[in-house]
Amino acid sequence: MKYLGEQLWPGQLGHIFILVSFVASILATIAYFKSANAKLEDEASGWRQFGRICFALDVFSVLSVFLLIFYIVAAHRFEYFYAWNHSERSLSVKYLLSCIWEGQEGSFLLWTMWHGVLGLILIKTSKKWEAPVMTVLSFAQACLATMIIGLYFFGAKVGSNPFLLVRELGMLDNAPAFMDMESGALRPDYLSMIKDGTGLNQLLQNYWMVIHPPILFLGFASTIVPFAFAIAGLWKKDFGGWTKFALPWSLFSAAVLGTGIMLGALWAYESLTFGGYWAWDPVENASLVPWLVLVAGLHTQVIFNSTGHSLRATYFFYIMSFMFILYSTFLTRSGVLGDNSVHAFTDLGMNFQLVMFMVVFAIPAFALFISRYKQIPHIQKEESSYSREFWMFIGSLVLFLSALFIITATSLPVINKVFGTDWASAEDREFSYNRIEIFVAILLGLLTAIGQYLKYRNTSKSYFTKKIALPTIISIIGAACISLFGGVHYNKYGVGFLAAIHLGIFAGLYATIANATYIWAGLKGKLSVAGGSVAHVGFGLLLVGILISSSKKEVLSQNTTLALPFDPKSNENPMENQTLFQGVETDMGKYKATFINSDSMSKDGKSTFFKIRFQNKRSDEQFDLHPNLIRNSKGQEGFSNNPDAKHYWNKDIFSYISYANELDRDKDTSQFYPHRMNVGDTIYYSSGYMILDSVVANPNNDKYHFNSSDTALMASLTVVSKDSVRYKARPLYSLKGNQANLVLDTVVAQNIAIGFSNVLDNHRVEISVRESPSMVSFVALKVLQFPFIRLVWLGTLVMVIGLIMSIVRRVRLNQRQDPVI
Amino acid sequence: MGNLSTYETIASAKQKEGKTVTIIAKLDNSQPIEYDAQKNPNFTSFHITDTLGNKARVVYYYEKPFDIEKAERIVMSGKMNGEVFEIRKKDGILIKCPSKYKDDPKAASNNLKQTSY
Repeated sequence: MKYLGEQLWPGQLGHIFILVSFVASILATIAYFKSANAKLEDEASGWRQFGRICFALDVFSVLSVFLLIFYIVAAHRFEYFYAWNHSERSLSVKYLLSCIWEGQEGSFLLWTMWHGVLGLILIKTSKKWEAPVMTVLSFAQACLATMIIGLYFFGAKVGSNPFLLVRELGMLDNAPAFMDMESGALRPDYLSMIKDGTGLNQLLQNYWMVIHPPILFLGFASTIVPFAFAIAGLWKKDFGGWTKFALPWSLFSAAVLGTGIMLGALWAYESLTFGGYWAWDPVENASLVPWLVLVAGLHTQVIFNSTGHSLRATYFFYIMSFMFILYSTFLTRSGVLGDNSVHAFTDLGMNFQLVMFMVVFAIPAFALFISRYKQIPHIQKEESSYSREFWMFIGSLVLFLSALFIITATSLPVINKVFGTDWASAEDREFSYNRIEIFVAILLGLLTAIGQYLKYRNTSKSYFTKKIALPTIISIIGAACISLFGGVHYNKYGVGFLAAIHLGIFAGLYATIANATYIWAGLKGKLSVAGGSVAHVGFGLLLVGILISSSKKEVLSQNTTLALPFDPKSNENPMENQTLFQGVETDMGKYKATFINSDSMSKDGKSTFFKIRFQNKRSDEQFDLHPNLIRNSKGQEGFSNNPDAKHYWNKDIFSYISYANELDRDKDTSQFYPHRMNVGDTIYYSSGYMILDSVVANPNNDKYHFNSSDTALMASLTVVSKDSVRYKARPLYSLKGNQANLVLDTVVAQNIAIGFSNVLDNHRVEISVRESPSMVSFVALKVLQFPFIRLVWLGTLVMVIGLIMSIVRRVRLNQRQDPVI
Repeated sequence: MGNLSTYETIASAKQKEGKTVTIIAKLDNSQPIEYDAQKNPNFTSFHITDTLGNKARVVYYYEKPFDIEKAERIVMSGKMNGEVFEIRKKDGILIKCPSKYKDDPKAASNNLKQTSY
């Protein structure tokens, strides 16, 4: 059967390319495997050539698949499920890429594409390591290709094809409108009835969401490189031969994955409303854990390069880091975390495949590691406690244990599935992590500070004490100043935790200062070799930023007028919203806040902006924030929140709309209730009463102008509110011909509308009263202050710059030692 | 990890009054959701019913979550206080909406019916 208007070639071509990429990467794996195991140079180079061709074909295919999906989305080909499900016509061009990332298939594709790019660079640069390393990479490509292959093997679904049509998925089967009345089959012109797609999730329509996924996935993809080198080293029994050569790759992976994670944090901060950038959500943890282990491996690799220690640990960490990447993939894509995370997870029905993805890497990797473990060079002599490598190793261990703790806590749903338990995360989930991680922060801060002042192998005590004295003194003074005058009084979890925070701030500051001074004291100001120190300065700043911005986070919209719901002994005070009536100045911490107006005239017609003016009570400072609410795309109803923040160098004032009564306006169903009254009668409404003072015929006053030839009656009422405020209301009843005409009067402050709705016998009149909950616009607003949040972003930036400096230096060193063949 | 909670039904949560537990339940649509930002923007109350058909009132000391009306499932962690389930943490409530499962064919099919005309 032919359907009108369908364009089938992109999908067919796309699926062919997926199949080609699968076959090509399998062939590349085999060819590189043969090449790596070949005894003769001729044989090895022959297989290598073939492997290269296959891998290039794989990269070409993957790129083509991507371009085809992009075409389908950009051209609004809604016969394709992917376009229909992830995009809509009104979507602005800059978010078209986000549509591709939104789907699981698209993000797998992104991962594969980055593997392709990394693979091409490895082919060009890795010389004798090319064959074994590319075997691992090509195998990963084959595995990833199965994720989007969408075939059935023996009745089991393998992969999810992004090129499926809406009608193929049976979406239209239950929709009679699409059916031909007579045959009961799908109408040939069904496509003309699908006018638009369901759109991209509103939260993803954000600038950061365009760049965060590509960088995060480059980080994900890059972790395979150190892993592949580790496997190559074990496989070729050249155990220590790759560690210098591959160091830039480890640094690169740490830099990019770190950037990706923090961009996610930045996105969360800018566009979500949990009031921060990090919530220990399983999705965040799933990408943090591999990074922590990778950084542990990075340090042991550096130790080995300088001293010959810690090679076994390096192997272990790089294998584990990649395993955690695969495990994270399982966690975030299997739906197992559905009840544990704010993120919407989708179960594609590929859980078995995702488990297999882990298994096919874990078994050979650990088999190789365990069987060769004894052969990995190992120095029997214990490291001196006055050596840099000793403390660096301790630091790596802390990183690894911290990762292990985080992933165990994150894996509760998996543990429940496996062991049949029913553990749920703690009521205070963030604290359940923070109370452990604060000590990790203290330890890492201190180790980062002193590590650089120790030399490899052994350090003379006098050298160490002499050099570290100055930064130690500066840090103690600095931290003491922060502790004494910084106003860090975070007592929610008791004195112990507060003390730990102060200690953590000291440790972070110590790491920052000690590493900054080391650039001069230890490296004589030579910046070209200072990459490590710069990265550590960034790490220290990051720690300080995290601790200060979190512990000094302040709810400015704390509602102090209402009684606390909890017992007074509790430190909890959740009254975080204040209600702001339009035009009414409201106390908001050190500001007076006024809800000026709302404006839904945005370009896309979806956003309603609320203009909130902040006036500093003690100065002339005044600024406006525009938090907004965005109507969700068609797939969902309701609204999404989009916060707005005012950035100062030392703090952010962050606000979002918790509720706006405008949104419920159209639901306003309150009715007029009629009351029969004589002059002098009193009627009650929910927050007061009103008296009918008089009924005036043909009034001529400031409000109405009638003369004796008209037929009009004005009721004059006095409204008295609960708080004894009096208002005047003058509704009107007039006749034109036989047509009654009513003019309502409203008492805005009391949310009531009053009508003179009828004239009855015996001088009685009918007065109708409507109480409406939404006559005055108001918003429930939350305002938070984050002091020194910029340190978090600055610290990240400095850390990444430091890592890049190290990459540049290591690449140069490698080139010098190993001239290009 | 001494302060982990456990998953409970409404009935078993009542047995553990005062202890932090996690309940997964549905919104009881026969009762209104109470949220009047004019009176108190930090108080939401609604009713839930679990798979066993038991019901309870829930009190949440924050703004009404945006999507609660169309929640398919609500994951709540808090304490039973008499007949009322009390949630004291802002992130103690997790709204799971069917439409967010954008890859779920059933939900998608429903969407399609709405978008076509």
